[in-house]
Amino acid sequence: MYDVVIVGSGVAGAACAHELSRYKLKLCVVEKEEDVCCGTSKANSAIVHAGFDAVEGSLKAKLNVRGNRRMGELAKELDIPFDRNGSLVLCLDKEDMPKLDALYQRGMANGVEDLCILDREQVLEMEPKLTDQVYAALYAPTAGIICPFELNIALAEHAYANGVEFRFGTEVKDIKRMADGYELHTGCGVLRTRYVVNAAGVYADTLHNMVSEHKLTIIPRRGDYCLFDKTAGSHVRRTIFSLPGRLGKGVLVTPTIHGNLLIGPTAMEIEDKEGINTTREGLDEVMEKARQSVRDLPMGRVITSFSGLRAHTEQDDFIIGEVEDAEGFIDCAGIESPGIASSPAIGEMIAQLVKERLGLEEKPDYISVRKGILRPSELSREERQELIKKNPAYGNIICRCEGITEGEIVDAITRPLGARTLDGIKRRTRAGMGRCQSGFCMPRVMEILSREGGIAMEDITKSGGESRILAKPSDRGSRYGTV
Amino acid sequence: MEQYDIVIIGGGPAGLAAAISAKKNGAASILLLERDKELGGILNQCIHNGFGLHTFKEELTGPEYAERFVVQLKELSIAYKLNTMVIHVGKDKVVTAVNGEEGLLEIQAKAIVLAMGCRERARGALAIPGYRPAGIFSAGTAQRLINIEGYLPGREVVILGSGDIGLIMARRMTLEGAKVKVVAELMPYSGGLKRNIVQCLEDYNIPLKLSHTVVDIKGKERLEGVTLAAVDGRRKPIPGTEEFYSCDTLLLSVGLIPENELSEEMGVELNSITSGPRVNECLETNVEGVFACGNVLHVHDLVDFVSEEAAEAGKHAAFYVMGSGERSVDREIPLLADRGVRYTVPEVVHPSDMEKAVTVRFRVSDVYRGCYISVYFDEERVLHKKRQIVAPGEMEAITLTREQLLAYPELKQIVVKMEER
Amino acid sequence: MEERNLICIGCPMGCHLTVEIKDGTVVSVSGNTCKRGDSYARSEVTAPVRVVTSTVKVLCGKARVVSVKTKKDIPKEKIVACVEALKKLQIEAPVHIGDVIATNIADTGVDVVATKNVEALS
Repeated sequence: MYDVVIVGSGVAGAACAHELSRYKLKLCVVEKEEDVCCGTSKANSAIVHAGFDAVEGSLKAKLNVRGNRRMGELAKELDIPFDRNGSLVLCLDKEDMPKLDALYQRGMANGVEDLCILDREQVLEMEPKLTDQVYAALYAPTAGIICPFELNIALAEHAYANGVEFRFGTEVKDIKRMADGYELHTGCGVLRTRYVVNAAGVYADTLHNMVSEHKLTIIPRRGDYCLFDKTAGSHVRRTIFSLPGRLGKGVLVTPTIHGNLLIGPTAMEIEDKEGINTTREGLDEVMEKARQSVRDLPMGRVITSFSGLRAHTEQDDFIIGEVEDAEGFIDCAGIESPGIASSPAIGEMIAQLVKERLGLEEKPDYISVRKGILRPSELSREERQELIKKNPAYGNIICRCEGITEGEIVDAITRPLGARTLDGIKRRTRAGMGRCQSGFCMPRVMEILSREGGIAMEDITKSGGESRILAKPSDRGSRYGTV
Repeated sequence: MEQYDIVIIGGGPAGLAAAISAKKNGAASILLLERDKELGGILNQCIHNGFGLHTFKEELTGPEYAERFVVQLKELSIAYKLNTMVIHVGKDKVVTAVNGEEGLLEIQAKAIVLAMGCRERARGALAIPGYRPAGIFSAGTAQRLINIEGYLPGREVVILGSGDIGLIMARRMTLEGAKVKVVAELMPYSGGLKRNIVQCLEDYNIPLKLSHTVVDIKGKERLEGVTLAAVDGRRKPIPGTEEFYSCDTLLLSVGLIPENELSEEMGVELNSITSGPRVNECLETNVEGVFACGNVLHVHDLVDFVSEEAAEAGKHAAFYVMGSGERSVDREIPLLADRGVRYTVPEVVHPSDMEKAVTVRFRVSDVYRGCYISVYFDEERVLHKKRQIVAPGEMEAITLTREQLLAYPELKQIVVKMEER
Repeated sequence: MEERNLICIGCPMGCHLTVEIKDGTVVSVSGNTCKRGDSYARSEVTAPVRVVTSTVKVLCGKARVVSVKTKKDIPKEKIVACVEALKKLQIEAPVHIGDVIATNIADTGVDVVATKNVEALS
């Protein structure tokens, strides 16, 4: 019998696990995919919003501002990069100034620090590549950029190091109410628990509706993005938003924490909860809208495009709390933007809810810091030389575009909650994320995964399930069938 | 710090030929750096034949062609390091590289030959919409998996791009037991050799669809199929022409991009058409003593011409370090690519410094039949060469002699263009 | 009278050739621009041949497979038989360029040789 089972290991589920792992609890995270960070957390704007967007008094407003404040310290504890690069909301038309002022006022009411409105000259001095049409901008220096994979993975790894159990490839198919808690019927057996945290992303409604009469609907909202080569990464320094104007809601243009440039997203409400396909219209729209706020975007330097889902609800706010007619079942639903920014505060809030009910006691042996994957490229020359001497794998560069070594890939596979798929390695190390998009390194990464992970080459997948990289071994005596 | 006269970055066909030529032309200390575990570069996975007709007057396979050069390199005792990745080259020609055995290396070079080759254009650069499942490979990655690693990437295949790599892979996958359903080509003509169209597609009844592209990708885990559509004259998909092909593999053979990230870091200027360095008749870049050759300079279709070009670069690097590369800067004549010609390599010549002759390589922008390649010295047409056919897929070349150039002391510019008559 | 259509591989022109055949002999070739087209058409319709390249599995080597080729052209209709025969083969490392991997492949009278060196695992 678990004390708490968290369903879903996206950034919200992982943040809950991370926060709860401070206490003496029997905890488990169940995840239907093969790895953490496979749903809405894997494809988004990677922004730590300042917190002026959400309506005053909403959970989004409260948790965003609190999460943003907490992020700097958390990133240090988790050993992940985070940069408060600041954000600008552009106003392109004098007539729209009241809207910009309203945003400023809302930010002030939400408790966002250091907000200010800049005039045209000030903005252009800050960001010379902005459109010439810019009239003014709302500047939020506390906004930041982060790698959602690293944040999600680090939260989960850290929870794991503090005793949280993780079950992957485990889909919750049914939930039964019991006298003292819940029975979760999964594809891999039954789990019994006193509390359930429903952090199932776009499937949070399915789970919620298994136990409650007050039905919930999550509407997957798809957004297309384009990612540029690192050579375009310094096109803008800050995250550039646009005020919704005559041309509709704009898209953002932002550097990423690893130095690429990202533009997007569109917003398309869809039915399919796995519908992460990009569309021609979506990609065209992203490019066109990005050009409205930033000049001279080097469109020839786009290295990939992708699409992500947002778990939108009619309430248009996070839904966090014990379900009215299902005691012990805690929703953590509708986590869409600003979900990444809010995640530390979401974890705290859920932990607080559990604490109020169970009266938790802190672990004496709680490990407070995590050590991330060692990056030789971030070391001094001497340190790097020393490292390679000790372990030559750190001198063997596998992913040439991102400069990722064999040592880092081995670490990603063999560390706690290590990677079991190519995407898992990519999200932990960035191998394959560069300009050639794994054209060169894929065969070599597969070889290392096969060797270190004990997975036959033919069984290696991109992201679990049937996503095999190689042809299934044939039974017609082909030599490819032999391992 | 280790010191070498010439450091050559890349041990593929260009780097090998440059190293050998530099040595033969008198350079004493040469170091070649290769990131892979063996020399030969991409030739190692090009196991089909057809290499070396110009160089060796016989048809070799890729690995055999590479081996001829590797043998010479070893006979000439040219130093090389494998599994060694160059991570930075400074303006001062200090090359920083890394490998597992020696760790970080810093090498001071007097001259550098850039021979890093190119990479394949990936799906993202084409903005093909749809899902992102497993089973989408660039053709070269699939080629490596099959021919070097010994694994089959898939069984039902659609290929986008009819350049030679795409065609060769259509045959290769067929012989390995896969079903290649169709090769789609965006352009109204194939970028590949006729020989490959016949021997890689027609021999195996593989259809080639010109003016078609992939407009959607289906499959959430492994690829389940792609949708092809015809494109109009502006290469935009035509609604209503969509056709679904079920397949578990999509190979992309949609262009090669010279890998000039290192070059740019050290201040080498690039040509926006070739994405390769801008060079003079010695294949020297704007950074003195830095030369470029092979696919890092401009994408070639025949390895023989890579070897020939690289030998020139190696020779001039040798002359440079031996001090005979002194040049006068007073007379520099630009070469301009005009109507129908996309670019020229080199982009400038120095008549007073050049050797007896220089080969100018270029590509045309469209298929032209019964046309003329013309060269103008200012207003005067000095070359008018009739061609039955020229195509963007096949690199063209003309030769300019020193004598010819010196005869025009007032020459301002040289223009290369296609003419109908 | 039989008629065959071919595309000439001699140059980028890719002339569409029409070959007339009667009782197994070529009566005429048309559509060609030059002599090469004529001779290509004649050999292609009477006895088409190809060099075949593939890989063969290697045991105890530093690579899993080695690239190979038929030493000479073989009849086109033998390509599949040749490749199928090669798929069944396994050879032990070391292998050197030029090593004969199979003799008289698919009864063509042609040998298959290695085109790459593969060292033995030490």
